Amino acid sequence: MKDTPLSNCERDFLLKAIEEKKRLDGRQTYDYRKMKIKFGTDYGCCFVDLGKTRVMAQVSCELVAPKENRPNEGLMFCNIELSPMASPAFELGRPSELSVKLNRQLERCLRNSKCIDTESLCVVSGEKVWQIRVDVHMLNHDGNLMDAISIAAITALCHFRRPDVAVQGDDVTVFSPEERDPIPLSIYHMPISVSFAFFLQGTYLLVDPCEPEERVMDGLLMIAMNKHREICSIQSSGGIMLLKDQVNHHDRKIASVKVSEITELITKALENDKAARKAGGRCGFAESVPQERITALKKEETSVEMTDVTDRASEIVEKAEVPSQTVPSPVVPVPGVGQVGQGLQDTWGLEEEEEEEEDEEGGEEQEEKEITMEVEQHEKDSRGGYFEFSPSIR
Amino acid sequence: MTSLISDEQILLFSGSMMEVCGSSKVTLREFGCEQSLLSRPDGSASFIQGETSVLAAAYGPAEVKVSKEIYDRATLEVLIQPKVGLPSVRERSREQYVRETCEASLLLSLHPRSSLTLILQVLHDDGSLLSCFLNAACMALMDAGLPMSCLFCGVTCAIDTDGQIITDPTAAQEKESRALMTFAIDSKERRVMMSSTKGSFSVPELQQCIAVSQKASEKIFQFYRDSVRRRYSKNL
Repeated sequence: MKDTPLSNCERDFLLKAIEEKKRLDGRQTYDYRKMKIKFGTDYGCCFVDLGKTRVMAQVSCELVAPKENRPNEGLMFCNIELSPMASPAFELGRPSELSVKLNRQLERCLRNSKCIDTESLCVVSGEKVWQIRVDVHMLNHDGNLMDAISIAAITALCHFRRPDVAVQGDDVTVFSPEERDPIPLSIYHMPISVSFAFFLQGTYLLVDPCEPEERVMDGLLMIAMNKHREICSIQSSGGIMLLKDQVNHHDRKIASVKVSEITELITKALENDKAARKAGGRCGFAESVPQERITALKKEETSVEMTDVTDRASEIVEKAEVPSQTVPSPVVPVPGVGQVGQGLQDTWGLEEEEEEEEDEEGGEEQEEKEITMEVEQHEKDSRGGYFEFSPSIR
Repeated sequence: MTSLISDEQILLFSGSMMEVCGSSKVTLREFGCEQSLLSRPDGSASFIQGETSVLAAAYGPAEVKVSKEIYDRATLEVLIQPKVGLPSVRERSREQYVRETCEASLLLSLHPRSSLTLILQVLHDDGSLLSCFLNAACMALMDAGLPMSCLFCGVTCAIDTDGQIITDPTAAQEKESRALMTFAIDSKERRVMMSSTKGSFSVPELQQCIAVSQKASEKIFQFYRDSVRRRYSKNL
């Protein structure tokens, strides 16, 4: 399905507003939209709302053989799923340019910045290591997917617990969560990506662009940074020229402020979830449905009335015809003898000949017909069942 | 000869039915729903049954690819996204179940040469996933305002090793069950629109499960009605 294009007057309006330092949703230039972090029922499941942009990340793990050149390091890879749910422009199947770009940026942000201690994921050197997989699903696209993705991914990684393992000789035992408490991953730092959109050849800059703003922007700069103000990756796209000072001082300062704010929010969300889990209360998506909204409704556990269920079922069964128990068995005239074409009359040759004879009218032909019929009759006798020699056939 | 057998069978059936009668597990877990929670799709809904939750989004009627165009009705596409990894054969078969149910209830001939897309995202699987897909799908289609001849809902029944029927089973109950059935039931005459079964069971057990599902469907349709009433009410 195609996306609706942006009209010229919308474009002009947006650019005019940006020139006047105004934004569609009433934000200031450096403001982020409202952010919400929620967790799923299982470990490693995280929902991030950034305004109307919504993404879900799920971390999973499995035991695999390590790479040959790094026998005691675990593996990690990211998979960004641009589901058509988020935007009609996204299609399943082949990866689009956007999905490759986002995947690349996330891999650089998480894997290449070595935020996870991969050596702690080793179980048996050179044989078995944990492979951590991060699946990020887009649920709603309203601009600035990258920031939402990076927040969701790193929060999910912090939230995730892998099963405990014990190694005795050559035996590796994986314990279920009931047997032994699962272990969190060891995370060194939390890289978070901050996006800057540039308009009118880099004259204007906005943080956290929403979807219409992304459509009119000239260039995008994504800086991944942790709260220690260390830059983990920088990616500039869209082909705008940026001055060294602009990136170095301006953007870095804004990014570091935003990153420390977001990191604080994530740690708070993680603590809240931990407390909720410890208290034994229910947590997860089912609990996070807002009750005050008019579009949401919840109903308590209800029992189904069973009064006349049995009667109805038995009524239907009694009414229904009982399937026949007997299976027609094939009749074998003489055991151990093969049979071909028993019973049915062969009309193939007959019809053709009859038609031919109807065309040619005459007394002589009539006689001939009788003779041919006789011959066929004989043939049919011999065809029926098995062949047998008898004096009647000549 | 045949009549004798059937008499015996009926006797047997009534025996097994007596067992089911005393069942106390015929409950639906708490369920919830939120409609139009996503801004991009034309209709969206999340449906929750106990811990199982599914997010559904519907797009359409919209432009259709020439290769998928049907000259006298809309093309319906259903996509199921698992939580981890890529969609596999299991998702494909479930997509087909959901698609065929939706096709039966949607008035597709009102939108010829157009496309409808329904995307279902698993948020958490704790049993009765297929019925949750169906319920979420119906809610999303309702939210998108697509014309339908009737509504539908999904009910999952499990028969455990003692022959007891459990409606809306959790993942643990599903694992221990002998048979698992999911029915899609329409709102007009409570007829079965789709059935999917797994495991072994007898004919009376199947009929019993259908009857239970029809009973349970009334609760779900009442919930649909309540949530729509709430949505279009002026105050909470």
